[in-house]
Amino acid sequence: MYEKNGEKYYVVDSHMHYWNAARDNWVPGAEQYAKGWIECFHAYQGLGPAETHWPIEKFQKYSEGDLMKDVFEDGYVDKAIFQPTYLKEWYAEGFNTTERNAILAEKYPGKFILNTRWDPREGDAGLKRLEENVKRYGCKGVKLYTAEWRNGSRGWTLKDPEASRYLEKCQELGIRNIHVHKGPTIWPLDKDAFDVSDVDQAATSFPALNFIVEHVGLPRIEDFCFMATQEPNVYAGLSVVIGGLMHARPRFFAKVMGELLFWVGEDKMTFGSDYAIWEPKWQIEGLVDWNYPGDEFSDYPRVTTATKKKILGLNAAKLYDIEVPIDYQLQDQAGRQEAAVGVSEVEAPA
Amino acid sequence: MTDASHVLAALDTVRDPELDEPITTLGFVAFCAVSQDGVAEVRLRLPTYFCAPNFAFLMVADAYDAVSAVDGVARTDVVLEDHFASDQINDGVAARAGFTQVFHGEAVEELGQLRAAFLRKAVLAGTDRVCRPLLTAGAAAEDLAGMVLGEVPASADLDRLRSRRTELGLPAEDDAPLLLDPATGAAIGAEALPLHLRRARITRISLEANAVSCRDLFAQRYRSSLGDPEPIARPDRVGALGLP
Repeated sequence: MYEKNGEKYYVVDSHMHYWNAARDNWVPGAEQYAKGWIECFHAYQGLGPAETHWPIEKFQKYSEGDLMKDVFEDGYVDKAIFQPTYLKEWYAEGFNTTERNAILAEKYPGKFILNTRWDPREGDAGLKRLEENVKRYGCKGVKLYTAEWRNGSRGWTLKDPEASRYLEKCQELGIRNIHVHKGPTIWPLDKDAFDVSDVDQAATSFPALNFIVEHVGLPRIEDFCFMATQEPNVYAGLSVVIGGLMHARPRFFAKVMGELLFWVGEDKMTFGSDYAIWEPKWQIEGLVDWNYPGDEFSDYPRVTTATKKKILGLNAAKLYDIEVPIDYQLQDQAGRQEAAVGVSEVEAPA
Repeated sequence: MTDASHVLAALDTVRDPELDEPITTLGFVAFCAVSQDGVAEVRLRLPTYFCAPNFAFLMVADAYDAVSAVDGVARTDVVLEDHFASDQINDGVAARAGFTQVFHGEAVEELGQLRAAFLRKAVLAGTDRVCRPLLTAGAAAEDLAGMVLGEVPASADLDRLRSRRTELGLPAEDDAPLLLDPATGAAIGAEALPLHLRRARITRISLEANAVSCRDLFAQRYRSSLGDPEPIARPDRVGALGLP
């Protein structure tokens, strides 16, 4: 939790990782991809404040202690949501698997929410594995990475008929939240791998599922916003927006936030640090202090303390049924909450 | 005799289709030289190892075409460096192969549709660049709906908008409407106007935010100065980049 000027913020980091990209985890013959991937991530870290940069060696494989300190001790995070990314073509044990995340989730009960993943190209075996993961870990969400390379294929879309089987399975298993990350490759390669129209289609076909588009569809925020404005179950995951722009490009950060607040709205935006690309501390402090820098932003929706409380935690708490202490809820929300509890107590005996 | 400056001028006409900016001002030209017997050598580099291969292919192929057309260039070598698909793209472009040949089995079509889709984005972004000063100067949004291009004060942004519209086959003469749907060419009426202007604005912000992020990642990758890098490939600086 974070407190500033008497205001209390409950923080859900809805997009973070515990990866191993060290050299001994590189698949022989695919070293250039494993190296290229982690170096690309490391360049992104360079867009944050200089004092938060890590040497590449630490960045490749940080420790459990680093994560617990950066995220919870120093980072104000109350609940962190692990979003796995497998990349087993390049990383022997996977880059950031459900199993690896589960080591921490099981060791520190109450701190983490453990999401899993699926890939429609894995057919029936993948469906079975999804079911096993949900039963074993109680997952309520999945992270989908459509640009994952697999057996010569460089990606898939949610329009693939096989993907529908997996989404149906998610509903059956009680998974509600589908986090989607697009690009930079796909099948076929001539199409724009960042295109979000497949999310549009899936969100329409599966209205009971929530689709959280990570990195707000960057680099296609315009496509994402046109789509999200029409789909009540589409959310904007802010990882990379805050980490990549707030410090490096504050004016563009303000413009992008203004557009998101206009098209998507403050009730459907969720904070994610993308740790370990960026530490959450500076992002949370910066967002709480943030407002539009000047008059040219006057026709964007206003940013209030309530806006920031929703973005930093309350919206994700709703998606994941996380109980938020009453003095961290919005005041009118807290009021309603009390009323609701009162009603249920009265009704319970009947 | 042809020198590197002619080749650079040709490269100035090659744009990153996704960002609608010349590859020269983005800093993507790492090296450029012409030998005495007319062999032009160009090396390109991109912000990340995993930049989308379709756009990378277009830039390499466009660079090849632009440089090959320079008077006095007898042979052209364009090499994309440090990219996961470098070898495939470089060999394919050198062999004048199309995208579907280079990525056999992985691509269905050539890249014309992709290029057109991003030209339409460039038109929308350019619409905001041209309209925003008019709105700031006090024009009412409704006034813009009836305007034609000839009524807009001359500017580099207006020239750029006309040029992108022409590339798409959209009307770009003085009597063409200022506001039109880039997909259909139909003029925007008063009713659709507010949404159209909003779309134009977010499309511009998207393209420009992507361009600054690409610059920042490029600077991180190649450790040049952070910020908006000056055009790297100007003739007076080419020596520093390895001109023989």
